[in-house]
Amino acid sequence: MSFTLRKDKHGVVVVGVDGQLIVGNRQELKQKVLDALESGGRKFVVDFAKTGYIDSSGLGVLVSLSKKIREQGGDLRLCGLNEDLQTLFELTKLDTLFAITKTSEEALAAF
Amino acid sequence: MTTPLHLDVRRRAGGGETETELSLDVPSDLQYVGPAVELIVGRLPPGPLSPRRIRFNFRTALAEALANAIAYGNHHDPARVVRVLVQVRHDVVRLHVTDEGDGFDPDGVPDPTLPDRVDLEDGRGLFVLRRLVDHVAFNEKGNSVCLTLRAG
Repeated sequence: MSFTLRKDKHGVVVVGVDGQLIVGNRQELKQKVLDALESGGRKFVVDFAKTGYIDSSGLGVLVSLSKKIREQGGDLRLCGLNEDLQTLFELTKLDTLFAITKTSEEALAAF
Repeated sequence: MTTPLHLDVRRRAGGGETETELSLDVPSDLQYVGPAVELIVGRLPPGPLSPRRIRFNFRTALAEALANAIAYGNHHDPARVVRVLVQVRHDVVRLHVTDEGDGFDPDGVPDPTLPDRVDLEDGRGLFVLRRLVDHVAFNEKGNSVCLTLRAG
């Protein structure tokens, strides 16, 4: 499991989640995104195309990061959710808090 | 990470039915949640659950139950462990997760999807758990949960 961060040509920070986002690794993701926010990043996309599962702690860290990014005038968007993960966001009504797109290309184009 | 995780696998036969039991004691440290889940999934006998249900429902439910037991049950106390027992039959998988804490009242947990709670960071664990499996049952004390996933 790991997280990768890259910037696209417009300065959008794209975060890849490989494996899982759960209680044991959420702090690592949080720190990486907060470091990028500190460095001036304001537009973030978290790509779950390679993610197997997310637990409630993982959902919680996304909520927390989204708030902090919005406080700085930025935005955090999500993409690449498979059918099960999409259902998880809908059940918890977090689909109402986040802009969610199918692909990272769509998420980047929407900024 | 040096892992203290040791999985015990037993097979029982009786009445024309074979049951496999996997048991594991997990230290009260959240860093073991992911490795414990993968250790159990790696030894889960094929049959009752589809690969998709194992990948998502089983993994997420086990991770939720373990994290709750470590954090809220055992309060991260290194002297306490969380006991996991997985019973696998042809028609059902039962997951028992037991901590050494004082238990809690599952009915006292507020709905995290209410408008004033939906943007909070915590409080979704039990809600998510109830929607991932077919049945959730706590013991009277509230320190042990049995999660049932029927075949499919």
